[in-house]
Amino acid sequence: MANASIGFAALGDPTRRLIFERLARHPMSVGKLAAGLSVTRPAVSQHLRKLKEAALVTERQEGTRRVYRLDPKGVEAMRSYLDRFWDRALAAFKEAAEKADVEEEKAQ
Amino acid sequence: MSIIEPVIKQFVVETSQERAFQVFTDGIDRWWPREHHIGKSPLAREVIEPKQGGRWYSICQDGTECDTGKVLAWDPPRRLVLSWQITAKWEYDPSFVTEIEVTFTAEGPKRTLVHFEHRNLERYGESAPELRKSIAAQEGWGQTLDAFKRAAES
Repeated sequence: MANASIGFAALGDPTRRLIFERLARHPMSVGKLAAGLSVTRPAVSQHLRKLKEAALVTERQEGTRRVYRLDPKGVEAMRSYLDRFWDRALAAFKEAAEKADVEEEKAQ
Repeated sequence: MSIIEPVIKQFVVETSQERAFQVFTDGIDRWWPREHHIGKSPLAREVIEPKQGGRWYSICQDGTECDTGKVLAWDPPRRLVLSWQITAKWEYDPSFVTEIEVTFTAEGPKRTLVHFEHRNLERYGESAPELRKSIAAQEGWGQTLDAFKRAAES
């Protein structure tokens, strides 16, 4: 829940949005990100830190480079939402189906 | 994008195979969670049209209809495949398709094994770049960001 508003706020900044868009296309290092933007490397690092705090991007060490990418857990969160939703819905279905049977017996 | 496991549920319903299928489909309004609803007005009725290619939709109290998906396979009382076309922003999108397959196996005259699977959930990850491609700038981004917001909230 906290992550949601943090994530939302994190993407309110246009440069961060641009960084996020680029990382959606390809995982990238800070250097490569900075090269395509009119901001300094330290500024890009700062933005990346915010995006990381918001759980929107993750980083991984690849040799001497630190590579950033979008956090796939966003999708897993959607999955766990649906998982919980179906638990609730199917429990209600089971109850309705079993009740329907009782009602039919009563009617007979 | 990493592989996202389908949501799978398996359980026994103490009723006949026919009744289980019928309550799941024709009787969906009797069990569909009221709080899960994408329309602006409260949910009045949930409907699955009982045929191949039938619509799965909600009727709101103001009379408007909101699609959820379609009937992809109608094989009573054994099997049902539905499309779930609700994006992470809780909007129907005809180009966004995930599948739900439900099988009903008779284990006795009043005992049915239900196997439920909601799959293609990795498409929630794919929808972000697609949206970005298809819709320029603000509106598209609003949707993508909302998708992340929604995902994070869940």
